[in-house]
Amino acid sequence: MDTLPAHMRPERSFQGFILALQRYWADQGCVILQPYDMEMGAGTFHPATTLRALGPKRWNAAYVQPSRRPKDGRYGENPNRMQYYYQFQVILKPSPPNMQELYLKSLEAIGIDQRLHDIRFVEDDWESPTLGAWGLGWECWCDGMEVSQFTYFQQVAGVECAPVSGELTYGLERLAMYVQGVDRVYDLNFNGREGADKVTYGDVFLQAEQEYSRHNFEYADTGMLFKQFVMAEEACKKYLEAGWVSGHDQKRHLMALPAYDQCIKASHVFNLLDARGVISVTERQSYIMRVRELAKACGEAWVHTEAGGAA
Amino acid sequence: MPDLLFELFSEEIPARMQAKAADDLRRMVTDRLVAEGLVYEGAKAFATPRRLTLTVHGIPARQSDLKEERRGPRVGGPEAAIAGFLKATGLASIEEAKIQRDPKKGDFYIALIEKPGRATLDVLADMLPVIIRTFPWPKSMRWGERSARPSSLQWVRPLHAIVATFGMETEEPDVVNFSVDGITAGQTTFGHRFMAPAAISVRRFEDYEAKLLDAKVVLDPERRKDTIVTDAKQLAFAQGFELVEDQGLLDEVAGLVEWPVVLMGSFDEEFLSIPGEVIRATIRNNQKCFVVNDPKTGKLTNKFILTANIEASDGGKTIVGGNERVIRARLSDAKFFYETDLKTRLEDRLPKFDGIVFHEKLGTQGERIARIERLAAEIAPRVGADVEKTKRAAHLAKADLLTEVVGEFPELQGLMGKYYALAQGEDASVAAASEEHYKPQGPNDRVPSDPVSVAVALADKIDILVGFWGNDEKPTGSKDPFALRRAALGIIRIVSSNEIRISLLRFIEIAWFGYAMGEAGVIGESNRFSADLLAFFADRLKVQLREQGARHDLVDAVFALEGQDDLLMVVRRVEALGKFLDTDDGKNLLAGTKRASNILAIEEKKDKRSYDGAPDPALYSLPEEKALAKAIEQVKVEASAAVAKEDFAGAMSALAKLRPAVDAFFDKVKVNDDNPQVRENRLKLLNEIRAATRAVADFSKIQD
Repeated sequence: MDTLPAHMRPERSFQGFILALQRYWADQGCVILQPYDMEMGAGTFHPATTLRALGPKRWNAAYVQPSRRPKDGRYGENPNRMQYYYQFQVILKPSPPNMQELYLKSLEAIGIDQRLHDIRFVEDDWESPTLGAWGLGWECWCDGMEVSQFTYFQQVAGVECAPVSGELTYGLERLAMYVQGVDRVYDLNFNGREGADKVTYGDVFLQAEQEYSRHNFEYADTGMLFKQFVMAEEACKKYLEAGWVSGHDQKRHLMALPAYDQCIKASHVFNLLDARGVISVTERQSYIMRVRELAKACGEAWVHTEAGGAA
Repeated sequence: MPDLLFELFSEEIPARMQAKAADDLRRMVTDRLVAEGLVYEGAKAFATPRRLTLTVHGIPARQSDLKEERRGPRVGGPEAAIAGFLKATGLASIEEAKIQRDPKKGDFYIALIEKPGRATLDVLADMLPVIIRTFPWPKSMRWGERSARPSSLQWVRPLHAIVATFGMETEEPDVVNFSVDGITAGQTTFGHRFMAPAAISVRRFEDYEAKLLDAKVVLDPERRKDTIVTDAKQLAFAQGFELVEDQGLLDEVAGLVEWPVVLMGSFDEEFLSIPGEVIRATIRNNQKCFVVNDPKTGKLTNKFILTANIEASDGGKTIVGGNERVIRARLSDAKFFYETDLKTRLEDRLPKFDGIVFHEKLGTQGERIARIERLAAEIAPRVGADVEKTKRAAHLAKADLLTEVVGEFPELQGLMGKYYALAQGEDASVAAASEEHYKPQGPNDRVPSDPVSVAVALADKIDILVGFWGNDEKPTGSKDPFALRRAALGIIRIVSSNEIRISLLRFIEIAWFGYAMGEAGVIGESNRFSADLLAFFADRLKVQLREQGARHDLVDAVFALEGQDDLLMVVRRVEALGKFLDTDDGKNLLAGTKRASNILAIEEKKDKRSYDGAPDPALYSLPEEKALAKAIEQVKVEASAAVAKEDFAGAMSALAKLRPAVDAFFDKVKVNDDNPQVRENRLKLLNEIRAATRAVADFSKIQD
């Protein structure tokens, strides 16, 4: 840490903060991935978590995933609520016995001194109806602020996890705000420079928040979105069906990943429709069910692929 | 005698589960000990966020030896039977068995089995792993490498270590030798996660508790609670304020820390413009902090009290600062929600309810609101409420369910409606009904008294009861998801404390009509279920009276009369009857009436006819008969007149006059006279006693 230039320190710059986390988890043997190139509501949707959590193979990965929550847009006016933000995601399969200690050390790596702060594991059962997934764990609190989610996956895409993975999700902006001591996300120092060279989070994202809030709530083309939902749903089913092959006495699947992309797509389109307020309460439930059916079918396909552990 | 120390050390156990888990652990271990013939002296269980601990003291070191006789096959029986007997009893040969003589069925073998008691240490080693594997967590999970195996251990969160020692105070205890899913029981535990994380070796409960305390762990949740409350009060008092006590929050907070450190923070005074309940809900639910009152104003002040889990190196400054930032952000959200809510008038939210299903068989929230509105308008004149205000109140009463604040804090439903209604200039009674119509929620909740609130509250509750009864979805056992029992009891309490005269059957009918007119779907004809619904009210009333220690059997005696659907009158009658039955006159009259009823029941059964006609005065031969007939005549008139005036005490006094005549009759008159005509007439006279008392209650339903 001493060798780190000031602008790279986690308490000085947002990017330095992200890099410190990546560095830490790389040191623990994780594969450091780049964000998945699709719109999704949470880092959990990344196939590196959803699909890789299934099957017997070891898997340790960490990555930043931009998360899109169309409904959370506030036109850039809320100090900490946004329709687009970063999650830092860690998945460790099987969950190591010292996972809590690993997590606490990661907080130290980003400048949270445990002699000074009150860190707590507060019950939080995690469930994703759209992914057919659930797990038990906590929200991790630092001085009363929720800074991470810590979950032991029990079931994903309708499939029992064997072995269980441990998942960590850090709310990056919120943590960085705390470490940098700013109250408004847009005031975060992004690049760690000062004066004319300083770039803030607002410089990078404020305009996008305003534009996308307008889009999400007022203008997103619902006619197109309804069609896209059906198209993604149909494509997902088509790819799933086409992917099955039977060789010897073993069933195998050859297109779980492309099919799952369409499930991600359907889920995001649903979120946009929901933000536009064009889905009624009862319909809402049925849309969630439809996405879940896709996710489950993809999970079933995945465990019949090589990475999913098919012999 | 030796003691057991048992600790299950895990990752953080949800606060809400800790108390029950400690209790379950104690119960399971001690039940099994007793079942194994090991009677102990005492047991106590504790929970912290990271451990469940049990100490059981005074357990015998061994089970006592058991002697058992087992009956075998008959002498000379088939060889297979004898071989099986030897195998089952462990005898080496049949010569070791005794022979029991039995001249009737033939002689048979008896084996004397002596089972030496096992060492308690071994019994524990068998039983503790079973208890761990079958522990009743509300939700449990698998973890780690072993979770790939089908029979892997399930626990509330990953289990890391087990302490299990057994021994006398004076000696080095033994470790109970077992392991579960790769975790071997031993003598090692760990201190506070941050302040003293090192391993600690423990012997027995006394040094265990003391060593934990040194390692910054307060084992006993009650002690943690004491510390939190005492320190919190102290902190508030030092600034001239007072802690707003909150038992539920205290229980939860004590389950989140092993080493409570109480600190005080503050927030910007501008947030005090939000209703106090919203501030409290924000700080309590989201941040698990206590709020503080200013005794001078009786209102919240801009302080809060948090409970940290560590003694921080800077004395807690950073922790307070962090919590203040979060609370500021939360309160800004709450303020934003509140102010946003104020921008939309309550009635403008209503159309959305048409799209929200209240219950699949009861239609949408919109339909329900419309029904309540109509029913409340019908009830209004009966409770002295202004009809227009009542309609308006019912129209708006549920509108706050769609506000941001209630979405965030559902427990503030009704209350927020009141604030928003006042803010948009509604009449005070109309606004109050938003909050009041949900009441009374529990036995200690207040009962609405403003007529407008009363009308809406009654309509709300009758509507839901009729809807569920009409669809034959009644509460069963402990299942009452729509709190129908509470609704019925609420009606009883509102009616009795406001002295409201209302015919329930009539309003059940009107409420039913509301369903019939709507699109909510078919519900059964009201006459098909109204009697059953009325019986449900009778049951609620009984439960309530029983809880008050009053006689609940009198409810049946009153409901057994025709047309009793005016709850207030039922309650009054039950009260008067109860008082009457406490007097000597009451007790004797009850005994006399019961005697009359019993005789009648027997004779009517024998003769297969009823004796309900009027007796013939010409057939009276004894003076006691004549006197009784006269008394009945007089009492009937007086009691009926008193009942008509709803003077139940008066009716009871009238009944009291019957007593001497009844007593004298039974004393001197033989009912089953040899002359059948006289006998019939006397039976009819007995029936008259029964009939006279029915003016106030069906005495046959009263328990002695």
